[in-house]
Amino acid sequence: MLQQISGSIAVAEAVALCRPEVVPCYPITPQTHIVEHISTLVKSGQLKNCTYENVESEFASMSLCIGASAAGSRTYTATASQGLLFMMEAVYNASGLALPIVMTLGNRAIGAPINIWNDHSDAMSVRDAGWIQLFVESNQQALDVHIQAFKLAETLSLPVMVNMDGFILTHAITRVDMPTQEQVDQFLPPFIPRQKLDTEAPLSIGAMVGPDAFTEVRYLAHHKQKEALNIIEQQAAEFQGIFGRDSGGLIKSYYAEDAEIVFVAMGSVVGTMQELVEELREEGHSVGILSIRSFRPFPANAIDKALANTRHAIIFEKSFAVGMGGVLASEIHMATVANDIKISSVIGGLGGRTITKKSLRKIIESAMQDELDTEVFLDLEGTTVVRELRRQQEGQSSGPAAENILRDMGVVSASKTH
Amino acid sequence: MSNQDSNTDIPCEQQTVKFYQTGTFTVGNRLLDEGCRTVQATAERANSLDSGHRACQGCGQALGARYALDAAMRATDNKIIAANATGCLEVFTTPYPETAWSIPWVHSLFGNVAAVASGIAASLKAKGDTTTRVIAQGGDGGTTDIGFGCLSGMFDRNDDVLYICYDNGGYMNTGVQRSSATPPAARTATTMPVGDNPGSSFTTGKFLPAIAMAHEIPYVATASVHDLHDLERKVEKAMTFRGARYIQINVPCPLGWGSQPALTIKLSRMGVECGLVPLFEAENGKLTDSTKIRYRIPVEDYLKLQRRFAHVLKPQNTHQLDAIRKIAEDNIKRYNLV
Ligand SMILES: Cc1ncc(C[n+]2csc(CCOP(=O)(O)OP(=O)(O)O)c2C)c(N)n1
Ligand code: SF4
Ligand SMILES: [Mg+2]
Repeated sequence: MLQQISGSIAVAEAVALCRPEVVPCYPITPQTHIVEHISTLVKSGQLKNCTYENVESEFASMSLCIGASAAGSRTYTATASQGLLFMMEAVYNASGLALPIVMTLGNRAIGAPINIWNDHSDAMSVRDAGWIQLFVESNQQALDVHIQAFKLAETLSLPVMVNMDGFILTHAITRVDMPTQEQVDQFLPPFIPRQKLDTEAPLSIGAMVGPDAFTEVRYLAHHKQKEALNIIEQQAAEFQGIFGRDSGGLIKSYYAEDAEIVFVAMGSVVGTMQELVEELREEGHSVGILSIRSFRPFPANAIDKALANTRHAIIFEKSFAVGMGGVLASEIHMATVANDIKISSVIGGLGGRTITKKSLRKIIESAMQDELDTEVFLDLEGTTVVRELRRQQEGQSSGPAAENILRDMGVVSASKTH
Repeated sequence: MSNQDSNTDIPCEQQTVKFYQTGTFTVGNRLLDEGCRTVQATAERANSLDSGHRACQGCGQALGARYALDAAMRATDNKIIAANATGCLEVFTTPYPETAWSIPWVHSLFGNVAAVASGIAASLKAKGDTTTRVIAQGGDGGTTDIGFGCLSGMFDRNDDVLYICYDNGGYMNTGVQRSSATPPAARTATTMPVGDNPGSSFTTGKFLPAIAMAHEIPYVATASVHDLHDLERKVEKAMTFRGARYIQINVPCPLGWGSQPALTIKLSRMGVECGLVPLFEAENGKLTDSTKIRYRIPVEDYLKLQRRFAHVLKPQNTHQLDAIRKIAEDNIKRYNLV
C-alpha cells in the first residue's frame, strides 16, 4: 500500500511486519522516531508477542539484544553516533557470538565537536566489528532492506546493521510502498536459531578461547561474511520476486560499466548524484555511479568488474580516517588494483554539510579536465582553516579550535573571547 | 558428638529455622533431619556447576555458585538459564573447549550481565514462558563497578531476574586489584600497604545490598558460604518472588585474601561473627530479618588470618584497626546483628 510517511515510520512499520520479539531501545537523534513508533505499536497491542524495553543506555540495549537473541528471540534495536560508540563493546560481542540481531543506524556524525547531523563516521567506526553493514539510498530501500536484513541475519547467524542517513532519510517524508503482512511472511520464515539457551538442551555460550582456536573462530567469521556475498544477491532477487522491487544487493550500477568517470558512493547521496549524472549524460559526458549497498561484506570482485571500463573513479565518502584519508577509497583501490584506474578520494557532507549538485558538478568537471586531486575535501573553507592554523602558530594557548572557527564564521557572538 | 539422626519430626519445608550446635560455631546441618540437610552429593542434585573447573583450592566462589545454582534448580524444577559476567567464575568454569556448566549458560561481557539476563527474561516474556527463570551472576567488581549501570536498570525495570553477586572484595581474576567492594585498608595490587594510609582507602563505600534495597526490589539478601543451608534457603526464597532480586554472597578468596585454602569456611563464618559481613534479608526495600551474631569475635581475630590485612595489626596502624572496628559496630546497629 502506498503511504506518505517519514523514513523512520516506514522503517518502524517494516520492522513490525517482521514480527520482532524483543526490542530494547535507548533514544538518540536521529533514530528517536523509529523507536518511539515501535514502542507505541507494542504498547497499543498492534505488534503482538513483542517485549519492548526502555533501557538505561545503548550498552544495555545491545546487551539485552544479546541475551534475547541467545534465548532464541528475533531481536531488533536502533541507534546512531554516540549511541553506537557507547554500545561498542557489545557490538563486537554480538557478532563474536554470531547472534542474528538487526540494528538500524540512523547515520550521524561523531563528536567532539558534538553534532547531530548526518555523515558516515558512526558506520565506519564499526567497519571491523564483524557485522554485515548495508547502506540504503532511499526510504523505500530502507524499508525493503530491513525486511531482507532479518532474513539475511538469520540465514547466516550474523548481526546486520542497516545504515540510513540521519535526517536526510530518517526525517524525510516520502511516498513508500508498504508491503502486506502476507508478503513479508512469505519472504521471512519464523526464526530458527542456530544456538539457543534452552533448559531442555543446555549449552554454554561465550566460553573463553585461547590461542589454540582463536584464529579458526575469527577466520570462520570472515568466511561467513564471504558466504554472505552470494546470499545477499540471492535474497535480493527473491525479494524482487515477491515484492517486485529492486532493493538491496551488493552494488548498484548507474551506467558505471559504460562510463569513463564514475562516482562511487554509499547512501542517499547517490540520489543527488543520479540527477547530476542524468544531466551530464544528456550533455554527452561519459559518467556513471556505482552505489555500494553492502559495505560489509565488501564486494571487491563485483566492484572490480563494475569498474572494469572506468578511467577515473571518484570515491565520495561522508567520513574519513583521520590521519589516513578515505576508507572506502583505499578499499576500492585494493579491489581494483589489477585495473589501471585513477582514483580520487572526495570527502564531503561531514556533520550534515549540504552536498549540492553544483559542488559535485565542479568535482566531475575537474576530473574531466584531469585536474582533480587525489584527495579533496568538498567545499572546504580554506581561509577559515588557515586562520585557525595561524592562530595556533602564534601561541600555545590559542583556545578550543571549534569555538574559534565558529567565532570566525560569526556563529558565536564576537563578544565571547577566550 | 553424636552421629545419630536428630529426628525432629518437623517436615523439611518448616525447618527453616537455623540450628546451631551447642557450644560450637558450627551451623547445624547435622541437627536437621537427614532428608533436609544440605548435601554435597546426591543422585538428585542438579550439579549445575560440575566438577573439572579450574578454581583455586578453597575458592569460596566455586562453592557458593555450586550451592546457589543447585538451590535455584531445585526451586524451579530445573528450569534455570544463567548469564555470567567476566571474572573468576566465568574463566575457571569455561576453559575452551570445556565447560563445567550443565545448565544453559551464556557469557557476554564484564559489565553487561544484568542486561544480558534482562534480555533473556524479555525473550521468555515474549514467548509466554513463565516456568523458565533467569539468573545473572558476577563478581563484586562486575557488580558494584563496571556493571552497576546495567544492574540499576534491571532493578528499575523490575525485570524477572535473580542477580547473584559473589563478593570476594576485589578484582581477583585480573590479579587482585581494588574494586569498590574492597574492604577499607585491604591490601590489593593497586592499594599496596605503603604510605600513611596503607591498603585500600576508607571511602564512603558502595554497599550494594543497601543500594539494591533503595531500588525497593522485591527481595534482597546477603549470605555467606559457611552457612550453605541459609544460602540455599535464601536462593529458594528468592525464586518464590517475581521481578528483580539480588543476593550477595560473601566468598573468601585464598589467593586475593592471602589466606589458607583450608580456612575458607572458617573465614566466611568469622567475617559474619565479627560484624563485618552482615547477613540479612529485605523485601520491597525493608529489612525483614537478620542473622544474629551468636559469638561475637574481635575483628582482629578475623583480620589476622588474612595477609591482606597484615599491616593493620601493626602498632603504627591502630587508627586503621579502630576504623574497621567502627564499621563492624555500625553494621551491628544498622542490621540488628545482636
Ligand atoms: C571492559 C572490561 N574491562 C576490564 C576487564 C578485565 N577484567 C576481567 S575480569 C576482571 C575482574 C573481575 O573482578 P570481579 O568482578 O570482582 O570478579 P572476580 O574475578 O573477583 O570473581 C577484570 C578487571 C574486562 N574483561 N572487560
Ligand atoms: S582467585 Fe579467588 S575467586 Fe578466583 S578462583 Fe582463585 S580463589 Fe576463587
Ligand atoms: Mg571480585
